[in-house]
Amino acid sequence: MGDLVIRSEQLSKRYRIGALQQGYRTLRETLVDLAKAPYRAARRAVRRESKPGEQLIWALRDIDFEVHQGEVLGIIGRNGAGKSTLLKVLSRITEPTTGRVRVAGRVGSLLEVGTGFHPELTGRENIYLNGAILGMRNAEIDQRFDEIVAFSEIEKFIDTPVKHYSSGMFLRLAFAVAAHLTPEILLVDEVLAVGDERFQKKCMGKMESVGKEGRTVLFVSHNMNAIQRLCQRVILLEDGKVRADGETSEVISEYLNADRSEAECKEWSEPALAPGDETARLKRVRLLDRSNALCSSFEIREPVQIEVEYWAFNPEYPFMPILLIHNENSVCVLESAANHDPAYNGKSRRRGIYRSVCTIPGNFLNEGMYNVDVLVRVLVPRQYFIRESNLLSFRVQDSGSGLSVKGDFPKAWSGVVAPMLPWETEVRPLGSGVGTPGSPHKTIVPASVSAEGKSPPKKKK
Amino acid sequence: MESSQSDFTSPPTDIAPSKGWVSLRLRELWEFRELLYFLTWRDIKVRYKQTVLGAAWAILQPFMTMVVFSLFFGRLAHISSGSSNIPYPIFSYAGLVPWTFFAYGLAQSSNSLVGNAQLIKKVFFPRLVVPIASILSGLVDFALAFIVLLGMMLVFGIAPTINVIFLPFFLLLAFITALGVGLWLSALNVEYRDVQYMVPFLVQFWMFISPVAYPSSLLSGPWRTLYGLNPMVGVLDGFRWALLGSTGAPGPMIGLSIIVAILILISGAFYFRRMERNFADVV
Repeated sequence: MGDLVIRSEQLSKRYRIGALQQGYRTLRETLVDLAKAPYRAARRAVRRESKPGEQLIWALRDIDFEVHQGEVLGIIGRNGAGKSTLLKVLSRITEPTTGRVRVAGRVGSLLEVGTGFHPELTGRENIYLNGAILGMRNAEIDQRFDEIVAFSEIEKFIDTPVKHYSSGMFLRLAFAVAAHLTPEILLVDEVLAVGDERFQKKCMGKMESVGKEGRTVLFVSHNMNAIQRLCQRVILLEDGKVRADGETSEVISEYLNADRSEAECKEWSEPALAPGDETARLKRVRLLDRSNALCSSFEIREPVQIEVEYWAFNPEYPFMPILLIHNENSVCVLESAANHDPAYNGKSRRRGIYRSVCTIPGNFLNEGMYNVDVLVRVLVPRQYFIRESNLLSFRVQDSGSGLSVKGDFPKAWSGVVAPMLPWETEVRPLGSGVGTPGSPHKTIVPASVSAEGKSPPKKKK
Repeated sequence: MESSQSDFTSPPTDIAPSKGWVSLRLRELWEFRELLYFLTWRDIKVRYKQTVLGAAWAILQPFMTMVVFSLFFGRLAHISSGSSNIPYPIFSYAGLVPWTFFAYGLAQSSNSLVGNAQLIKKVFFPRLVVPIASILSGLVDFALAFIVLLGMMLVFGIAPTINVIFLPFFLLLAFITALGVGLWLSALNVEYRDVQYMVPFLVQFWMFISPVAYPSSLLSGPWRTLYGLNPMVGVLDGFRWALLGSTGAPGPMIGLSIIVAILILISGAFYFRRMERNFADVV
C-alpha cells in the first residue's frame, strides 16, 4: 500500500436549511414583519444569528477514513447521504464545521462537467478557460491541447462558439478537458453519464486508465457498475456517517440491502392487533429471495417471493389474498390473486393459519422501488376483509453482472416491466433479380429465460 | 484518532474550520494568477459579444455623458472647470474616463460572486480572484476611452504636463477604491441580494459627491476636508492635475484619500475572507 495521502478525522459539516413553512399569516402581520425586517436582518448580520425556524442538518458527521497513494476509492450512498458534501470539503470549496482533513498532494476536483464554460467563447478558448479553472497551468494546457481536442472528437468545430454546439458536443469537450487533469489526487462526482453510449465507454476507459496510472482517485457515483469496475475499495455513507468501508462488492451489497425505506417483513403476534376482521386477519407478510431468506433488494434476474400468512376464522367465505404491486410512480404494475389454483380457489376456508406465496419471476419487473398492497377478499361478490396499503416495499436493481434485458447498457431502461422477450430476426440478401427475393436466411434468437428457468409469471401456493 | 504528521511522507494541507479573523492568504492568490488572467480575459472577451457597436460602447458611454454634461452643466448652469481655463468638455471628459472605470469596476465586482455562483459552488480557488478580475476587465474600456481623451486634447490643443507620469498612480487609487468597496459589497451580496438594488443607486450618489461634473474647488474650508474623505476626489483631481495641469498639485487631501482607500481595501479584504468560507453554501 502506498503512502498516506488523505486522512479525515471527525470531519463534520453542518448546513442551515431554510425556515419551515409557516401557517397563513394576515396581511397586517406580513406588513409589520416587512417593516421590522431591515432591523432584524441588520441585527442578525451583526450577531450572526440564525433565522427563526431555521433548521440545522449535519450533512457529514464524524467522518473518519484514510486514503493511500494510488487507491481508487468509491463513495456511495443515497441522495443526501453526504457524498457530494464530502467531495466539496476535500476540494476546499466549502469548509468543514468541525474536524479536519489532511491532504497531501495537488487535488483536482471534477464535481461537474463544463464548469465555467462560457457559451460565447469558442471551443479553443473554453479549453483554456476551463483548464485554468480546473487548476491546469497554461503550459500544461498547451502541451495537452491536441490530445484534448482529439479526445473530444470536435476538431472541426474547435473555433466555433460553444453555444452553437449540440449538448453532446458540449459535454464531450467538457469531459475531454476534465479527463486530462493531472493532479495527484482526483475527486470525481458522477460525471460519467455523459454523451452517447460509445463516448461513455470511452470515458469509463479513461477513468480506468487514470486509476492504473497510480493516481489517487475518489469517485462518487450511483452507478454500481462503474463503481464495481473502477474501485478496489468503497465507502458507504448514510445520513452523513460512514456506514461501511471496505472491499467493493461487500460494501455495494451492503448498500443495496440496507435500504431503509424497504420493508421486507411485517408481523402481528396477536390476532386482536392485526389488520382484518372476524373473518380473516393478517399474521405476517414477508419478502423472500430464492433461498427463502428475507430480502428487500433484488437483482433483476432473481425471483421475488411474497409470502402472506393469515388467520382464517370463518369458513363461510372462500376469500383469498391478493397482491397489488405499485412502482415508485404509483403505477399499478400488476394485481395477482391465487384464483388460478383449483385446489384453493372457491373452496371454503376452514379455520387455521394459511400461508400463500406468490413468486414474481426474475427478469420481469424493471429496476426501481415497488410497494406491495395486500388484500384479502372474495372476488365475486366483492367483499373485503383485509385491505392494507404499502405493507412491503422492495427494490429491483440491475448490477449488470448477468443476463437481463438491458445488459450492460449503463442508463435506465424504459418501461414498467423489463421482460426478456423472444426476438426473431431474419435477413434476406439483396438479390440481383427484381422481385425475386433470395432464399431467406433465418436466424432465430431464442427467448432468453431467467436464471431460474421460468419466464412466465406463475403462481405458487 | 491519533493525528500524527509523521504518517504523511509529504507535508499535508490542513482542511479545518477557520476560526475568527483569517489571514488573507495572498501567497495562494499569487499561485492562482493564471486563473486571474483567464477570468479577466474572459470578461473582456465576452463583454461586447453580440452587440452591434461592440467596443465602441466603451467610448460612447463616457463621451455621450460628456456631451450631456457640457450642454447642461457647462452651457446652461455655467459650471466652470475651476481656476484654469480648460474647456469644460475636456474637463468633464477627463473626469468621466477614470470615473467610468471606477463605476464599472464597482458595479461588476459587487455582482461578481453571485454572477459566478456556478464556479464558486463547484471549483476551489481563492475567491478574491473573482472581484479582482471583474475590475481588471474594465481596463480595456478605460484604455479605449483614454485614447479618445488624448485625441480630444489634441483637438483642443492641450499638451499633457510632465506630471502625466503620476497618472498610473491615480488609476491604481481608483482600482483600490473600487476593489475595497467591491469586496465589501460582493461578500454582502452573497447573503443579502439587497445589494444588487443598492449598487446603481450608490454609484449615482457617489458621482454627485465626486468632482466629475464640477471642480472640487467649488467646496472650501472644512467642507473640503470632509470631501477629501471620498477617495474619488483624490483620484479625479489627481487625474486632471496629472493630465491637464488644470487644478493645483494634490495637497494633503490626496493623503487622506489614499488612507481612506487603503482602509476600505484592507477591511474589505478581511471581511471578504471571513465570509468566504460560507460562499459556496449560501450563494
